[in-house]
Order: sequence, then structure tokens, then C-alpha cells
Amino acid sequence: MTDSAIVLAEGESHFPPGIHSFDFADWFSGLTGTALAHVFTTITLGVWLTVAILVVFFLWAYRKPQIVPTKKQWMAESAYGFIRNTVAIDLMGKKDGVRFAPYLATLFLFIVLMNFWAIVPGIQISPNAHIAFPLMLAVLSWIMYVWVGIKTHGLVKWLKITVVPPGAPLFIYPLLIPIEILQNIILRPVTLALRLFANMFAGHLILLVFILGGFEMLNSSNFFIQGLSIFSFGMGIAMTMFELIVILLQAYVFTLLTGMYIQGSLAEEH
Amino acid sequence: MEGSVNVIGYGLAAIGPGIGVALIFAAWITATARQPESAGITRPMLFMGFALVEVLALFGLVLAFAVGGGN
Repeated sequence: MTDSAIVLAEGESHFPPGIHSFDFADWFSGLTGTALAHVFTTITLGVWLTVAILVVFFLWAYRKPQIVPTKKQWMAESAYGFIRNTVAIDLMGKKDGVRFAPYLATLFLFIVLMNFWAIVPGIQISPNAHIAFPLMLAVLSWIMYVWVGIKTHGLVKWLKITVVPPGAPLFIYPLLIPIEILQNIILRPVTLALRLFANMFAGHLILLVFILGGFEMLNSSNFFIQGLSIFSFGMGIAMTMFELIVILLQAYVFTLLTGMYIQGSLAEEH
Repeated sequence: MEGSVNVIGYGLAAIGPGIGVALIFAAWITATARQPESAGITRPMLFMGFALVEVLALFGLVLAFAVGGGN
């Protein structure tokens, strides 16, 4: 049950939405407090559905590949080809681009679908509005670019490329190197995760403000305020459209930045 | 009046990133208008700069919730 549906069912006001709006009750109340608590919720449903849709769609679309693509094959190929051409190959060149395109394309499609639950009626919350999921993706990307860097250059050389900016005067290095370590090794996964999380968090909150606000106005005893609630619902619809842009943009930005970090690990100089 | 002072803080914190994002897009539009074929080359830089600046505003948003009890 979504948060707004619970509000309507209980008939009490949750109006100023806050962090409590992101807590989801277990579907089976018997599980609360056991080891299986938080296993069956709307959030986990979103994640499982995302994985299922991705796996099933790509297996189904590519079951009998043809030289002249069928409709479903074309859809799968253009989704993959978009990331392969505009992100992977543009950033890393033909050879390395094709090598990392599968990871980047999977990442992009996974994030798009995960974010998309934010505007699907009945669910209307993205699992990415909980920090755990973006953090996991960011850690994966972090492991990826660190591993690629160490494998390509060896640990010492990779560290030198990553944290020692070339061409600076010698006396400034004690100041520069800690900043570069902080920025390139510690803060990158943090900002990667936080950007996606905060966008989804803010998006859900904005939708809640307008939609719950609309119901709050509708419950008012003043006739004019009830009438004005239509503007609140209208804003709710407009913000849903805006969310669609944010969903695609944030998935693209996450993929692009991961690609850039991997490219930085592959390159000789940074 | 009810509400959280944090929201005022967030409003103030969003001014800087707002101007920053505007400058980045303005620069990209100028560059593309002068040299349309460079759009593809500069687009990754556009999104990179945009994302780096935008995250500051998002830090503000998250901290507005995280600092102050979180209700």
C-alpha cells in the first residue's frame, strides 16, 4: 500500500510529509521484528520487478536474433546502443568503450527502471529514494574504476595518476594531494550515491506535498479552499511530468560519471 | 506559524548552486551557438559540471532533513 493510500484509508492527516513518509510497513504484519522484517514491502517489490523486467525483456528480445531486427530486438538494441554510442564509445574510444558498454548500459537501464517507480501509479516511490540502493550502485561503480585502474596500471602508478596532478609546483603538493585523495577516492562514490538518492527523495517529497496538500484542502470546511485544491492536484500532475525528466537525467548522469571515472582510470594522464 | 527553520536554510543554500547551474548552461548554449558541431564534444562536460554543482544544492536538501531531528 502506498503512503498516500494509507493516509486516505486511515482518514487522518499526515500533511506535512517528512522522513516518516518513506517508511514502508511490512505487507505481512507477522514478520515485523523477525529476521524477515522489511523483506516484503513496496520498496523490495520495486527492486525485484526491475530486475525481473530487465532480465526477461532482454532474454525475450534476443532469443532469436535476426540480421534485420524485429521490433522487440530493435527496442533492446537501441536501448543498449544509446549508452554504447553516446556514453561508452564517446568517452573511452572504440576499444575500451565496447568493453565497458555492457556494464554501463545495464547500470543505466537498471537506474531508469528503478527511478521510474516514482511515477508509476500504485507504487509512486522509487526504491532509489532510500539511500541503500544508490549507495550500493555507487560502491559497485567505485570498485569498478578502482579495479580497472589497478589492473591497467598497477597500484602505485594508478595512485600517482589519480591523486598527483601533474604540473603543479612542488611546495603545493602537500596541500593538493590530500584534496585529490578526498575528491577522487572518497567523495566520488558519496556524491554519486547522494545525487541519485537526493533527487528521488526530493521528487517523492514534492509529489507528496502537492497531492497530500490537495487532499488536505479538500478536507477543509471552507468551500473556496476546497475549490482551490484543484490547483494543488494540477501541480501534482505537472510535477509528475517534471519527475520524468529528472528520472532520465539522473540515470544518464550516473552512467556518464561512472564512465568518466572508468575512463580516468584507463587514461595515462588525468 | 509552523514549520522548520531548516527550510529557510535550504533556500539560502540553493542560491549558489542555482546561479552555478545557470552559468554552466548559459556557457554551453553560447558555445553551441558559436560552434554547433561542438555540441557533442562539450555535452559530457556540461553534464559533469551540472552534476557537480547540483550536488551542492542536494547536500543542502539532505542536511535540511538530517540535521534537526528528522520528522
